[in-house]
Amino acid sequence: MNKRNILRATLALFVIGLFVGLAACGKKPPQRRGARAGAGGTSDLANAALATYVAPGDLDEYYLFYSGGHSGQIFVAGVPSMRHIATIPVFSPYPGTGYGFDDESKEMLGEYTWGDSHHPGFSETNGEYDGRWLFINDNAQGRLARISLRDFKTKQIITIPNISANHGSSFVTPNSEYVTMATRMSVPFPEGTYADVTEYASEYQGIVAGIKIDPDDGNLTLGWEILVPPFNYDLGDAGKGPSDGFLFWTCYNSEREFIEGGKLEVTASQKDKDYILMVDYREADKAIAAGSFKTIKGAPVIFPQETAGVAYFIPLAKSPHGVDVSPSGRWIIGSGKLSPTTTVFDMEKIKAAIAAKDFEETIDGIPVLTYNSVREAEIPVGLGPLHTQFDGKGYAYTSLFVESAVAKWKLPPYDDGADMNQYVVDKLPVAYNIGHLVAAEGDSMSPDGNYLVALNKLSKGRHLSVGPSIPESAQLIDITGDKMKLLYDAFTEPEPHYALIIKADKLDPIEVYKKGDPEWPQHPNAIWSTEEARIERKGKTVEVWMMAVRSFFAPDVIRVNRGDKVIVHVTNIEQTRDELHGFAINEYNINLVIDPGETKTVTFTADKSGVFAFYCTNFCSALHQEMQGYFLVK
Amino acid sequence: MSGFFERLTASLDRPVVGKSRLLVFLAALALVPTFFVPLWHMTFVAQQYPEGLNLYVYSHNLVGGDDGNDLTEINVLNHYIGMAELKPADFTELKWIPLVIGLIGVLTLRVAAIGTLRSLVDVVVVSLYFGAFSVWSFWYKLNYYGANLDPKASVEVAPFMPPMFGYKLVGQFDVWSYPAFGTYLFLVFGLLLVAAFWLSWRNPGPEPTLSNS
Repeated sequence: MNKRNILRATLALFVIGLFVGLAACGKKPPQRRGARAGAGGTSDLANAALATYVAPGDLDEYYLFYSGGHSGQIFVAGVPSMRHIATIPVFSPYPGTGYGFDDESKEMLGEYTWGDSHHPGFSETNGEYDGRWLFINDNAQGRLARISLRDFKTKQIITIPNISANHGSSFVTPNSEYVTMATRMSVPFPEGTYADVTEYASEYQGIVAGIKIDPDDGNLTLGWEILVPPFNYDLGDAGKGPSDGFLFWTCYNSEREFIEGGKLEVTASQKDKDYILMVDYREADKAIAAGSFKTIKGAPVIFPQETAGVAYFIPLAKSPHGVDVSPSGRWIIGSGKLSPTTTVFDMEKIKAAIAAKDFEETIDGIPVLTYNSVREAEIPVGLGPLHTQFDGKGYAYTSLFVESAVAKWKLPPYDDGADMNQYVVDKLPVAYNIGHLVAAEGDSMSPDGNYLVALNKLSKGRHLSVGPSIPESAQLIDITGDKMKLLYDAFTEPEPHYALIIKADKLDPIEVYKKGDPEWPQHPNAIWSTEEARIERKGKTVEVWMMAVRSFFAPDVIRVNRGDKVIVHVTNIEQTRDELHGFAINEYNINLVIDPGETKTVTFTADKSGVFAFYCTNFCSALHQEMQGYFLVK
Repeated sequence: MSGFFERLTASLDRPVVGKSRLLVFLAALALVPTFFVPLWHMTFVAQQYPEGLNLYVYSHNLVGGDDGNDLTEINVLNHYIGMAELKPADFTELKWIPLVIGLIGVLTLRVAAIGTLRSLVDVVVVSLYFGAFSVWSFWYKLNYYGANLDPKASVEVAPFMPPMFGYKLVGQFDVWSYPAFGTYLFLVFGLLLVAAFWLSWRNPGPEPTLSNS
């Protein structure tokens, strides 16, 4: 028994002792819920406590990257402790890190002050997370962002034409060739066109797109767009192994209508089947190389009516949400959220059907594969299946929104004529109404098979009340054994949709921008000493080169005239980790936070006269309170 | 005792012979790395610096750990108590110490090639003086920096002497200061010279002829 185990055992005994003690005192023991509900509680409780306790100073085994939903951010936590460690602002300003206040991040955010981040995607090499970049979509403004996992900062946000509500994103191919974007809410095409919703079926269109990732610097550029029928393209995944080269998206509203006052929830649920859209991206590449596209609003758009072999539809139980490729890449799993089953398709059968032109019909030039030819099985997982993850041991885990549970079921092969119920091997209730779920390295070709996190939409009553704006819940589940075991409840701000879990040792983040390190080229306006600090006036523009160090700014007085354009470059010359400095000018809505070795620039107009204090907002030292100066506007 | 000095004086014109020459040559070689490895090492550990700050004294430079940043950090912290910034340019020692090591090295090679016991004794005496002076100089500098604090500094502390050898608590810092590899090489250098002297003295070679001709 090593020290840590002894510590854990002690903790467990302490926890058990506490309950025994409370009972002995004649006090009413706390009401038992969740993990504590069954089997007398104590033994499961002790196991859960041991499994999730990360002692002070110890580190978690995994990073968990939650999408932040309409907060426009990403939340970073540790697994198994589930402790929230950091927030990475992506689509929304975040004064905590000064994001959206300096010129560079302001320009990246553009005209928007929010986004709706849904599905994080890691860069991959040979189907494994390589720990280089994290991509995330904005469902609201049709954008895609790239975050560097070296410094956990947003580096790029791209907007592409013709996409509306980019939801089927950001799914990454096994060698980071492409990351996906897709229209969830079809609009008239090309973008900016006006057409009334009464013309929905003929004038509205969807777009799916492949975004190229530069293998050296991760730079994102549009590869191609494919014009698809006006359905709602929902979730996606990229193929791997035998399905490598293919991209998948579920779609609903194949009724292709939007009836004013008709309630989409009703009108889009009329047909028994909707579809999985499957794109052969190598064929799309060929079409681009052969010039089989039209440039529309600056985007190369491929029309399936004119270019065969690029896209196919696979019928799936109606109103599907998740489409998930198994770790081997052979099984494509689709979940129709209004059906109590999840459907397994066989990539080998899909390829054979394409070769044999085994099609049911064609929609807008896109062939529909014959359902019975490509379907492997329908698994009766339960009510409201949404999204599936894998353990790498031959099992799949599907979230059941309506049933508020996770179903564990076996991947093929199955016995001929067998009762499919026997392949659903376990079910665990979760609190409450699970959306996505995420397994450790669950989207890679080799999931770790130890942890699963249920991302639940409701958490009522599971935490201290914080009023009506109730947070979301994330529950950690042990999937090492035959039976799933609930370990821990965590809560997050609004609103994680999907999340990803990556082994901690795959990341190697820097903590200081080292002066002279070629990985972080010197900012053109960086200064490193008080001697270089200066203020220069050119006409009505005042430019300031400022340095910050414990515990002063140089210069610490800036004099301008009202109406001057003011440019301030602040360099934090510290080279010690965790020595951040802030630079806020009161009443001017400016708050930069500059990391050690970083330079940030803010440009603004001195439109209010008077004397305004500026100060360091990010606590730095014993004399942090004294780190201030004056901005004088005559 | 007087007999010892008479015998010593009488032997001083003997040449350094055989194995002794090799030892003297090795002693000169031992000086070569002292240009490249630290002579002294100070470590500062506090609650918020669990991995410690390191300061290395080289013959020609002062270098902080963590790619030099620890020296910057020590200076940033010291400015609160008004200690002058530790700048390699302000230490004249860093210019004359390498020069003197080189000089001693050349003299040592001369002994290995054509030296007598007298010249060997000269090298030992000069080296001892150089060593003692360098240590004193180091002690003086530590004392000077610790004693001459800016009276207008934000944090007022009594003048202090950082440890030169061993451990001392300075403010919130546990400070350890010990000789480093380079200084041990000087010890090796000295021991080799003493051994060479001892060998040559106890086992005189053939009587010198060249020096008499």
